[in-house]
Amino acid sequence: MSQLLEIERLGKRFGGFVALEDISLSVAAGERVGLIGPNGSGKSTLVNCICGTLRNEAGSVRFDGHRLDGSTAHQRTHRGLARTFQLPRPFASLCLLDNMRIPLLYTVAARGGGRSAPDIEARCFEVLREVGLEDKARRLPRELTQVEMRKLELARAMAAEPKLLIADESMAGLTHSEVEDIVALLKRLNEHGVTIILIEHIMRAVMSFSQRLIVLVSGRKIADGLPDQVVRDPDVERAYLGQ
Amino acid sequence: MIFSFDLLVNAVVSGILIGGFYAAVTAGVSLSFGVLDIVNIAHPAFIILGSYTAYLVNATLGVDPILTSIVLAPAFYALGAAIYQIYYVSFEKRGQESLRGLAFFFGLLFITEVSLVLYFGVDYRYVEASYIGPTWHFGFIDVPLRIVVPFLVSLLLIATLQLVLTRSFVGRAIMAVAQDQLALRLLAVDPIRIKRIAFGISIATASLAGAFLIIIQPVEPSVGREYIGRVFAICVLGGMGSLPGTAIAAMLVGIVESLTATFYGPSWAPAVSFGFLLLTLAVRPAGLLGR
Amino acid sequence: MRSDFFLLICITAGAVLYAAAAALGNDYVFFAGYVVLQYVVLSTAWNILGGYCGYVNFGSAAFFALGAYSTVAMHKLHPLPIPILVLVGGVVSGVVGLGMGYLTLRLRGAFFAIATLALAVVLQTLVVNWDYVGGSRGAYIVRPETLAPFGPYIRYLFTIMLMLAAGAVTVARLIERSRLGFGFATIRDDELAAEASGVPTLRLKLVATMISGALMGMAGAPFPYYIGFLQPSSAFGLDYAVNSIAMPLIGGTTSWVGPLIGAVLLGSLQQIATVTISSAVNLLIVGCLLVAFVIIAPNGIVGLVRQYIQNKPEDFVGRRKVEADAPEHAP
Repeated sequence: MSQLLEIERLGKRFGGFVALEDISLSVAAGERVGLIGPNGSGKSTLVNCICGTLRNEAGSVRFDGHRLDGSTAHQRTHRGLARTFQLPRPFASLCLLDNMRIPLLYTVAARGGGRSAPDIEARCFEVLREVGLEDKARRLPRELTQVEMRKLELARAMAAEPKLLIADESMAGLTHSEVEDIVALLKRLNEHGVTIILIEHIMRAVMSFSQRLIVLVSGRKIADGLPDQVVRDPDVERAYLGQ
Repeated sequence: MIFSFDLLVNAVVSGILIGGFYAAVTAGVSLSFGVLDIVNIAHPAFIILGSYTAYLVNATLGVDPILTSIVLAPAFYALGAAIYQIYYVSFEKRGQESLRGLAFFFGLLFITEVSLVLYFGVDYRYVEASYIGPTWHFGFIDVPLRIVVPFLVSLLLIATLQLVLTRSFVGRAIMAVAQDQLALRLLAVDPIRIKRIAFGISIATASLAGAFLIIIQPVEPSVGREYIGRVFAICVLGGMGSLPGTAIAAMLVGIVESLTATFYGPSWAPAVSFGFLLLTLAVRPAGLLGR
Repeated sequence: MRSDFFLLICITAGAVLYAAAAALGNDYVFFAGYVVLQYVVLSTAWNILGGYCGYVNFGSAAFFALGAYSTVAMHKLHPLPIPILVLVGGVVSGVVGLGMGYLTLRLRGAFFAIATLALAVVLQTLVVNWDYVGGSRGAYIVRPETLAPFGPYIRYLFTIMLMLAAGAVTVARLIERSRLGFGFATIRDDELAAEASGVPTLRLKLVATMISGALMGMAGAPFPYYIGFLQPSSAFGLDYAVNSIAMPLIGGTTSWVGPLIGAVLLGSLQQIATVTISSAVNLLIVGCLLVAFVIIAPNGIVGLVRQYIQNKPEDFVGRRKVEADAPEHAP
């Protein structure tokens, strides 16, 4: 299996604060990886560095064989990276349908997938339907509940037709059955060839979804392997689960 | 261009002295923009307001302008606190500070300037004080007292502010609010109240800076405009929120402006600080002593 | 409605306006109307970068003056017909806009705004020191008394500005409905999320700055002919800076209608006011209106009308403010 994402010795500081140190990991095409760690361990910073929202000072990121250093966030999205934001960031002045339109107009189109206007609209509805938001298609994001906003985030990332989707805490606040729905949705996506990195605190979801589990604590990777083994690792227990 | 050593030294000395004054002018913006992230482009207008209030008291009661400005500083503080409250409720809370917040301050700049024109007219106003007029001579170096006194008091102001910001609880809360509002809340300190205090202090410094200005040069309402660029240039160059950085950057700008005015002519001076600003933003937005 | 049809409607409306003005018999209407139309172009241009993208430009006067001074410079070289000068003004301002944008648009909107202030002052200083275009003494442009088939020359200038206004509004409307317009909206709403969705934000911002700057330059190009004697203080005048911001904000920034309404209303009011009250009071009122609208009616007149029609209080559609907002500060 080829490595879709390769991170080598990545480091990021904010002034004197070391957010990430010496992070190396790789994700193979088609994998389902879970990324866990306590709050403030650097998970979102890692996502930001991978996706280009932040620049890492040390190390490198390779995606699909290309080095990503120096490329902007939108270029990385064009290459096939998509992510959700931990705190949802919808386009507030656009209705849900138009929120979907953006990745289609700018990312999918950039890859040469020129579609006609009715096709684009149909695809927007399709994506909204996947997350169960199609009947609110013409509403504005501020009319949504927090939970619906997270689903919108996910839908918008899906609309970019990514090769790798990083879902950053998309399930916070969801009910048991809603969590199961999202896990099923992500598994479905994965079956269609989308590699997925799931960042979550809901252990049930992480365990049922991940083929591999990575643990981040205080900016360092302390475990990387099969979920059952990682969960029983004494270091992990001590640092994260045990407390 | 007539180059002479005398001229050069005088220009540099003059630049340093004016730079000290510029530091006082910028201190307020260092607080509001550097620390609180509020783009108050109306700050120079409040400085001019300070100049005119000092002028009024000086012209009618004969009181020393610097003394007036210190006495009036609480009033300016109250004004600042009130403005911040409006700004917060109307813009910061709604996340609209980038467009409407800026337009708000721009409007305030206008209203202040035009109101001053309507009330005082466009004639230059000046104040009288014992130290305006005499000049000290150190060999070939001429040092007008009306620039030295504001220079010294400016340094005092900056030092006091720095002390307050680093030693007092309120001061440290102000520095903290820029970095972590959540942490402040956990300490049972209301970040909004802290920001209001900080903005109030920022405008209070304008009262003093205004007095310094009218001591150094005669003032009319549109004089504030040339300070907009200067103030933000120095703030950015000085590293956004660092008072020592601001002081150094201010003197640097003062020196370059003074050299430009001496050797190339005063009509080029306004472009200097603005040019500095453009250059800094393009090349090193973190400032000289970068954050 | 397709854009070329819309343009046709604009031109027709313009023709009606012209005929009405001519019917009034007093050429002063054309002089005043020229200024109002100029503001239509300036506010519409400002709004493309300010309202659509959310980037405030305080230096509208700089781009306007660039257009005016390109005309002066060209006039000394070789007199050209005004439409060509308009194009020249547009190109010069567009290029400067691109350059300035390239320097500053990678930074936050606040820095861009301050940089535009800086640009205005730097340009004014350069012009004041450039004797070729008259420097601080000013430059005379001799304009003909009449021009067939318009009659008085001012009617010719009025027509040109009418065309520019129609064009500006059509361009704005075209952008609004296009992919570009969606891109601009995402930049305004959330630039970080826009990048993450694949929007090339820097490129789009540069395009917006270029179009906005070019339109302002085009508005400035005929100005020397209008005014006859061009001084830096009038070309870089304060009223341009405050009006091109106040008019769209008061009219409404989310569509092309807003700047048009703002310019027509405020512009006409000011033209009436300068005859009756002083220009200082004039500007004071504009400043107060700006502050009032920005606080009370953030969506402008367009927003108020929508509210009235739909009969429900409309909250401003802004980014929902969350505590630990920007990823730059949170691990």
